[in-house]
Amino acid sequence: MEELLRILKDLRPNIDFETQERLIDDMILDSLALVSLISEISEEFDVTITAKDIIPENFNSAKALYALIQRLEDED
Amino acid sequence: MLFTSYGFIGFAAVLVSAYYLVPKRCQWGLLLAASYLFYFIAGPSALLYLLATTAAVWFAALQIEKNVRRQSAYLKARKDILSKDEKKEYKAEQKRVRARWVAACLLLSIGILAVVKYTNFFISNVNGVLDALDRPQLSFVTLALPMGISFYTFQAVGYLIDVYRGKYPAEKNPFRFALFVSFFPLLVQGPISRFDELGGTLYQEHTFDKVTVCSGLQRVLWGYFKKMVIADRMLAAVSTIIGHTDTYTGAYVFVGMIFYTLELYADFTGGIDITIGLAEAMGITVQENFRRPYFSKSLKEYWRRWHISMCSWFREYLFYPVSTSRAMQRFSKFARGRLGEAVGRRLPVYISSFIVWFATGIWHGASWNFIVWGLLNWAVLMLSEELEPLYQRFHDRFPVNGRGAYKLFQTGRTFLLVCVLNIFDCYPSLSVTAGALGSMFTVRNWSVLWDGSLMALGLSGLDYGILAAGLLLMLGVSLAQRSGSVREKIRTLRYPARFAIWYGLFLAVLLMGAYGIGYDASQFIYNQF
Repeated sequence: MEELLRILKDLRPNIDFETQERLIDDMILDSLALVSLISEISEEFDVTITAKDIIPENFNSAKALYALIQRLEDED
Repeated sequence: MLFTSYGFIGFAAVLVSAYYLVPKRCQWGLLLAASYLFYFIAGPSALLYLLATTAAVWFAALQIEKNVRRQSAYLKARKDILSKDEKKEYKAEQKRVRARWVAACLLLSIGILAVVKYTNFFISNVNGVLDALDRPQLSFVTLALPMGISFYTFQAVGYLIDVYRGKYPAEKNPFRFALFVSFFPLLVQGPISRFDELGGTLYQEHTFDKVTVCSGLQRVLWGYFKKMVIADRMLAAVSTIIGHTDTYTGAYVFVGMIFYTLELYADFTGGIDITIGLAEAMGITVQENFRRPYFSKSLKEYWRRWHISMCSWFREYLFYPVSTSRAMQRFSKFARGRLGEAVGRRLPVYISSFIVWFATGIWHGASWNFIVWGLLNWAVLMLSEELEPLYQRFHDRFPVNGRGAYKLFQTGRTFLLVCVLNIFDCYPSLSVTAGALGSMFTVRNWSVLWDGSLMALGLSGLDYGILAAGLLLMLGVSLAQRSGSVREKIRTLRYPARFAIWYGLFLAVLLMGAYGIGYDASQFIYNQF
């Protein structure tokens, strides 16, 4: 989780990702930021996030995103 | 059948009445019959393309779903026999089968779109090369562009990909699916709707409700006002300016691009108001396509508020798949190693969005003008991304963000930028566009703005008066919309006030709509896409 929070903080330094739960709904992360984020996550966690996984429920909070990463790791 | 023709108004009136008179279980069937009749009137031969896309996508989606069911049954039956790796391999194999269905269907439906829309564009580019080589030219082919083909193809393709991704099950009834693809108010210029959003409301049974019907028709009326009183009136001046590029240079080009941008808004949002309003009158909810785009404070925000359905389509079905593809991720890894962390991280975004904006440009029209328009949008958006830290430093130093005057400046700047970009939609070729744009800096004729020359653009003083009043009304409505539906606000007024507003608007369309000699209720600009 710490690693994910570091990646998120690098992307948007002014956001408190531990409490924020509307990252997509409030457009804190737009499509360009999402793609950079996915690229970072793929590199760091060695998981494949596909277009199918890009839905608000998976990206609205750091917690949800971490759950997605764990799910993808399990699938692999 | 134009939305602005008496024929269409009669067609819609009969349909809305019949919709509430037939047994409720027949309502969606009636809509399907009406949609196919509408399309048949627009061009009987085009019906074949619509049928081909509908049948292919419906069939492929069903095969995908069958495959998923077969896969589940197979794995369930061999739960204790197969190893984890064998299950994984089987799943991957089945996924490839489903992907092949998608690919074959995309080839057919996007292929039809590509052939009818881009064959002559392709030939003209080949001819350019042949000309340079001094070789004989290829002949152009005669292919009529079926009405709304870009819209219904994208709608059908979006459905297929959603089924492939397992977002919702495939529609088994071919007639219900045919209605989703062909629902006639959406055929003209969208919005490009999603099956899970439109489908639910399209097949529901609806009981007559006076408030819903009136509210829908009021929105239709407002759409006609924007289209016929504002857009079609402005069209006269815009056509004069862009049709005589030798005469109308410098300040005229500036006027033309402002007028065109306002005309485009009134035309497109007016058409969408008619679409959404007509559907609403039958109890059907169609997603919004605009959120006051000219109030945007940046180009990025503008593209979140303009033609929302098209932008989200490109984002979900092109941008995300390309940017998250294995090839792109591998390339990103490679670039990080060779060109450094910062460049490697940016490259997938840059390349994927380049592809999306190229596609957006060519989707709008088969010409280099539209491609350049798309790529200029891409360039501005990417430049803004790169300049973000600089903006941040500026705002840290000068805390003007959020202040009224600064917001006004940002809105004006974005509007002007959109006007400049839109100029590529207007002129017939890149060289003419470049000449027109350049003339704004070289030809010193700014006095035409106040010396009465604008009266010679095909609009009288009265026309300008009507336009000014219409634009102010449109601005007022947009401002009022920020705090909720304007129609709902009007509904709370007393009867005489309500009557005066809607009857006044009706009279305005009747008396001030661009009719008669010198005017021709024109086709919607987005219809050609």
